[in-house]
Formats: sequence, C-alpha cells, structure tokens
Amino acid sequence: MLLNPAIMALVLVLIVVCSMLMLASGFAIQVLRHWDIESGSERQLGLERRTYLISTLLIWAFSFELMSLLLFIYNAESMSGQFVGAMCATGVLNVNGWGWPTLFLKMAVFFSGAVWLALNYLDNQGYDYPVVKQKYRLLLAILPLLFAEFILQLLYFTNMDPDVITSCCGTLFSSQAEGVAAEVSGLPPRNMMLVFMLIGVIVIVNGLRVALRGRGSWLFALLGGTAFVVALMSIVSFVSLYIYEHPHHHCPFCILKSGHDYVGYILYVPLFIAAALAMSVGALSSWREKPSLTLTVNRVVPRLSSIAVIFFALFYLAAGWSVWASNLTMAEVW
Amino acid sequence: MMWLFLRKQKHLIDYTLSSLLRRMGKSLGLLAVYTLIVFMLASVTLFTHALRKEAGLMLQASPEIIVQRMQAGRHALIPADYLQRIGRLRGVTQKEGRLWGYYYDPAVKANYTIMTAGQVAAPLTEIIIGTGIARARGLAVGDYLTLRSQNGEAFSFEIAALLDEKSELVSADLLLMSPQVFRRLFNVPEGFYTDLVLSVRNPREVRKVVEKLTLLLPDTRPILREEVLRTYDSVFSWRQGILFVLLTGSILAFVSFAWDKASGLSAEERREIGILKAVGWETADVMRMKFWEGMIISLSAFMIGYLAAYAHVFYASASLFEPVLKGWAVLYPQFRLTPFVDGLQLATLLFFTVLPYIVATIIPIWRTSITDPDAVMR
Amino acid sequence: MLIQLTDIKKVFNQGRPNEFWAIQGVSLDFEPNRVSCLKGASGSGKTTLLSMIGCLSRPTSGRIQLGERMISSLPERFLTDVRRHTFGFIFQRFNLIPGLSVLENIMLPAYPLGLPYKRLVATALHLLEQFNLSTKADNPVEWLSGGEAQRVAICRALINDPQILIADEPTANLDSKLSHEFMGLIDELCQSGKTILITSHDPEVFDSAVVDRVVEMHDGVVLT
Repeated sequence: MLLNPAIMALVLVLIVVCSMLMLASGFAIQVLRHWDIESGSERQLGLERRTYLISTLLIWAFSFELMSLLLFIYNAESMSGQFVGAMCATGVLNVNGWGWPTLFLKMAVFFSGAVWLALNYLDNQGYDYPVVKQKYRLLLAILPLLFAEFILQLLYFTNMDPDVITSCCGTLFSSQAEGVAAEVSGLPPRNMMLVFMLIGVIVIVNGLRVALRGRGSWLFALLGGTAFVVALMSIVSFVSLYIYEHPHHHCPFCILKSGHDYVGYILYVPLFIAAALAMSVGALSSWREKPSLTLTVNRVVPRLSSIAVIFFALFYLAAGWSVWASNLTMAEVW
Repeated sequence: MMWLFLRKQKHLIDYTLSSLLRRMGKSLGLLAVYTLIVFMLASVTLFTHALRKEAGLMLQASPEIIVQRMQAGRHALIPADYLQRIGRLRGVTQKEGRLWGYYYDPAVKANYTIMTAGQVAAPLTEIIIGTGIARARGLAVGDYLTLRSQNGEAFSFEIAALLDEKSELVSADLLLMSPQVFRRLFNVPEGFYTDLVLSVRNPREVRKVVEKLTLLLPDTRPILREEVLRTYDSVFSWRQGILFVLLTGSILAFVSFAWDKASGLSAEERREIGILKAVGWETADVMRMKFWEGMIISLSAFMIGYLAAYAHVFYASASLFEPVLKGWAVLYPQFRLTPFVDGLQLATLLFFTVLPYIVATIIPIWRTSITDPDAVMR
Repeated sequence: MLIQLTDIKKVFNQGRPNEFWAIQGVSLDFEPNRVSCLKGASGSGKTTLLSMIGCLSRPTSGRIQLGERMISSLPERFLTDVRRHTFGFIFQRFNLIPGLSVLENIMLPAYPLGLPYKRLVATALHLLEQFNLSTKADNPVEWLSGGEAQRVAICRALINDPQILIADEPTANLDSKLSHEFMGLIDELCQSGKTILITSHDPEVFDSAVVDRVVEMHDGVVLT
C-alpha cells in the first residue's frame, strides 16, 4: 500500500517533520546547556540567532502536521473503495490495529504543537526570553510523541491487507457491539445531550469569565479539553444521528462527505480550533508572574479566550442547528 | 493591532514583488524549473486519475455479477439452461446470457473485441465498429469488412455505423454484430453463451446472491463488479505511486536546485539585505519577506504548472505520454478524458512540490536573514 | 535622551587565534541635543562603538543606558524596536538600494512598522521637499549625484522621526564644498532638537564649529 501517492505523501511529511524537529531539538539542547541572557558573548548571540531558525522550523513543522492530520482523514475516506466492507474512513482505520492509535497521536501532536506555538509567541514578547528553557523542554517532550506517530503510521500503512474484511461504521459504532466506540454509541442520547449542553454552557461561561476578568484560565483549559472529548462523544452518540436522519448510524466520518453538505467540517474545524486555543490559554496564563510577561499575558489571555469562546459557540450552534433542522424524531427510539 | 499586522505584511509583499521583478532573470529560472516539476507530477496524477474514473464509469454500467463456467480451471461456454437452474433468486432483477470474444486480424496485426448487439438492422450483413478499427483499416460507413470464420469461410459485412467517439477509450477496438452471425463465425452452438450476467439492485444483497450461486452452480465462477472496481482502484493508485517514485529523482534535484538558489545570493542581494537590516528591519521581518517571496513563487509555479497539466491531459489528450502508452496496443484510442479534479489529489501534489521547496529554503533563508545589521558599516 | 556607556567591551572571534578586542573598556556619556564626534584612525573602534550605541550590535560586556532604558542585554527583536523609534542612520556609502525609486528608498525603514501607505508617502514627500529633492521622488537612485544621494540618505534616516541621528564617516565620499553643506544640514537638524553622533577622521567635520564635542579614540580606548 506504500505506493499510493497520498500514503507516500503522508510518510514523506512525517519524515520531513521528524527531521525538522530533530534538528530543532539539537539546537534546543545547546540552548538548554549554554543559555545565558546576561552575556553578550558570541556564543550567546549565535544561540539567540538560532532561536529564529528553530521557531521557523517548528511553525512549519506543526503546520505540516496539521495538514497531515487532514490528509490522513481525507485519504482514509478516499481509500474506502479499496477494502472489502469499508464504506468510509472508519472502515479504513479499522483495517488493522494501528489506524485509530495513529489518528489519536496525530491529534495529540496537533494540540501539543498548538501549545508550543503559544509558548513560543509568549517567549518572543518578553525582552529577556522568559520561557526559553521551558519551551525547549516541551519541544524535547514532543519529539518522542512524534516518533511514535511516525512508527504507528508506518505500521498502519505497511500492514494494510486488502483481503481482510474490515468492519465499518455500521458495526463499530453500533450500540450492540463491544468496545469503546460501541459504548460511546450506546450512551443514552438523552443523557448525553444533557451533558453536552451542560458542559457547553459551562465552558462558554468560564471562557467569558477569563476574557472579561482574566481569571480561571487553568480551569478554562481543563474545561476546554473536557468539552472537546464530550463533543466528540456526542457527535458519535447523537449529533450524527440527526445529520444522517437515521436512528442507528453513528459514524463520525461520514458527516465529512458531500452527501451531508460537508457539515462535519463546520463541526470539527471550530471545535479543534477552540480546544487548541483553550489549552494554549492555560499554558500562557501560568507565566503571568514573570515581570517581563505580565503585560503580554494580561493582554493575550483574554483575547485568546474570547476567540476560543467564539469558536466554541460556533461549534455548539452548528451542532444545535444540525439537531434542530433534522427531520429525525427520536421519540420512539428513546 | 490586526490592521497593523496586515498592513505590515502588505508592505513586505509589495517590497518582495518589486525585488522579484528587479531580478527577473533569476526568478524566472527558478519559476521555470518549479513549474516543470508541478507540470510533470500533475500530468501523471490527472491522467491516471482520469483513467481510473473513466474505467469506473464504464464499469458502473456493467452488471453487478458475471457468471462464468469453469472447466478444468479454464473459462468454458455456459449452457443456456443454467439461466433456468438459477431460477428466481431474491434480489436479482435481471439475468441474461452474453456472447463475446476476440478476433485476430492479421492484416493489421490487432485483436478486435467482438460483442453481440440486437440493434443491427440487417442482422446477417451489417456490423458496427469502433473508431480505432476504422482508422486502422481505413474504413468508413458503407464500406465492407471481411472476416474469416473458424472453418476458413469468408464473411463480408457492411459497416452500418461507427461507435461514438466519446467512449473511444473503451470502444476503439470494439466490433458489434448480431448473435446469429457471431454463432456462425465462431462456431458457437445454439443453447450456449460465453457467460451470464445478473443485475442486483441492492449492493448489500450481492454477497448473499453470490453465496447462493456457488451452491446452485458449483462449476461456475461469479465475478463481482465491486471486486473489479476495487482492483482497478488499487492498481491505478499503485501505478501512480510507481511513477511518483520514478519522479522522486527529479523532485530531489529540484530540492537541491531550490536550496542552491536560496543560498547562493549575489553580492548585490547580500548588500540589499544588509541595508534593510541596518535601516531597521529585524531578522523576523527579512524572514517574513522571504516567506512571501517563496509563497509568490510557489503559488505561481503551482498554478501555471497545474493549469498546463490540465490542458495537456484533458485538451491535448496527454500527448506527451502517447509514445509510452502507444506500446500497449496497435489500436491506440484517440480519446478525450472527462476533466476530473479532486481535493486529495491536489493536496498530495502540494505535498510533493510545495513542501519540498519550503523545506529546502528554510535554512538558506535563515542564514541570509541573520546578516549582522552593522555589516554595511564595516 | 542621555546616552550612558559604562565599561563597554566588544570582542570578535572570541576564543579563536584571531581573537580581537575592538573596544576595551569605554565609559562615556553623550548629552542630548548636541553634535558629538568620534574621531580616530580607521580601526580605532569608533564605528564599532557607534554601532553598539545605535543598537546595531550588542557589547560583549558593559552597560549601555538610553535615557531610562538599559539596552545592552536586549535581544535583537527588542533592540531593533528601540532602534527603529530612536535612531536614524547615515552611512559612509549612502547604502541606497539600486533599482528602487528615491521615494521607495526613503520609506524602507518604515515598512516593518505597518503604517498606512498614504501616510508614509506623505511623510516621505514632506522630507524630500524639506531637502529640495521633490522633483526627484520617482527617479531611480542611480540617477542621483553624490550630494543628492547624501540628502536622500538623510531623508531615509529621518522617516521614522528619530531623536538621535548617527552618521558614520558621512563626508568620506563628498568633496569639501558638499562636506561643508552637510555640516550645515547637521547644524539645522541639531537646532530642530536632534541629538547627533558622528564618526569621522575628516578635519572638515571634527574641526567644524557645528560640533560641540570631540572624543578621540585609539585602539579601542578613549584618549581624552
């Protein structure tokens, strides 16, 4: 399967991203060992110049990573014709045991990348490189995650066997089957809907509190992460049902198809942006105490959280609208 | 704040454009190579993708299941009464026997595909042929074509019509005749067919039907349309992949070319960067300016290359690939593919062209940008 | 804005055989609203010192204070920011970018500030008028004479309305008449409230009545 161009592109991207991150980590180690902001020595000046290179490398690397997440899902969607039993991305991800872990790792790398970029932005705002060491430590922590992603993705693509009959969304996301996906699908929609709305209100109210008062950022990050997970579960559990207008079709990917007006993008894009922003807000707010950053943090945190609130609101509106505009009535099913 | 940022980017873009124009020669060289790379890769993807689509469309019209009788592991004629033996299967909406085969024409050293059709007006004397055969034999409507039967007898047919050019990719070598003539020409006894076809309305029922068929007619082999489609799908993407691997060399060459161009600055350009740094541009500003430069070049190269490839594949029938593809068959179709573009394909192309360019230029750009601001004073 | 230098040192190629101490401990103050001149042979370290004051480079050790602000250990990003708003530079070889028009050359330092284009053009045109160059605005800089190029360079140095002007060997490429005219312009600028630092080994400059203070340098140390 490695000769499929999209798969080649995905493997290529990760090779490139891994090498970029390794290069950056090499510099990061030097920075961690020799950094001395007080000194005007040539080594220090050289290190400071290098920070520009590292930032550029990583901004690109994480953008490539984001694109590869999109391409990964897109490709899974388009390969569904090549496997017996696969009707959409779910089936292709199920072809072997590595598909889902790869997807989850890609998401994890995406979020850590977002947090790293936020820290990087913050570091550039302080006149004494206030979080330079922390941000490079974080970088060194992201590196193994990326390697894992690379290996899992490679295992996934090399172990694709077109003769295996895979199970698609119909079986995986059915309340009768076993496993996490099935349990999520089997969650009672009425309760799930309540939890979904409740956490939606809480996260937005909290986000507004951060935006207006500048307090509770950590809580917001935590709630943002929780809202993200709950939102994904809700999409599987009940939002998708309303979009498909089918009481038993729980698939989180089919909503990305043209047949459903690409409504999935309207749900996922704001959700991912909002969650990434909320987590970044948490990461940023912990540096308020640094004298050189107080101003920046007080300026940026409210702004980022208001943007996060807007995107959360967009997501909840889109989800609400999908449910409201649907012709499906769940009265008898529940 | 936002406006400030946008205006700043606008100034940088303006400056980049003017500096690109001032160094037209250098920019054009890079643009030409870049465009060529995009053009080659885009031609390959557009072409194979369109072929796959075409094949898919063609198969869409074919029946869901084909039943062939096997004898000693080889394809054999199937008795007509198998249709009765199948009887009424749940889900099967239509079933019929087909007659088809190949005819080798020594005059042009080519194989024709012979199929039978009911729409020939005078069943015993008229045939319909594909445009490929017409070209190879120099035939037009009203001309006569002589075919030799299996026992050496010669049959002459009048060309009643040519097949539609639009479907030429699949119909170039096709010859349609009536079933009666087919049986006489190839000595196929009445009561036998080449194979049987079944139509199944609901795709979910296909597998059930096939299971029942293998029980009912143990000496037959059912061929599923979805199976054929799946094979096509993977074969085509595999072919595309092979071509991409072959083109990797040129991508790598392009990468080193881009690296060279980005790092081999002329003394004049170096001085210019030095001046910018000295008068108040920061490293990040210069890098951003260079970023826009890369974006402008990439975007132009990608658009020009992609549009050229589009024209090449869909309007010029991929004429550059013709010498390679012509080896496939004597009756090379002069086809016009249905334009088809999809997002995944575009994204893949971007990953193979723009991404290598960006990566290749990051370090040279950084090296240029960290020029000391006081360099111009030394 | 008072400029205070305390024990400034600058070393190049540190730790290598060709290690070179360009500045070896300089402490100096520069009063605001004055014309000061650093005098000395080439290689005496005056340009290096000026580039550190002008935030073009950072000292290896020592402190530079600009008004209330300590700038000696600022990273480049902030150093540039300070420089853009505080300093204007006039270089020995004018350093105009060929191929660009006079107007574009003048606006270059303002691009990264993201000001509206119209306002930029208005400021630049106003400066050109002030220096009798209005008719040349759209000419390429290659067409200018030495004196005109010098004045364009001054306009460029003034586009962001800096408080301090730094001129490095400004008269090296001018004949004595133009040098004299240049010193006249410097005087006017000083009258209008700018602080001016010049490096030169041209008597036309350091013996000029316009200069308030002369500091002599030799081998990286101050003599007087």
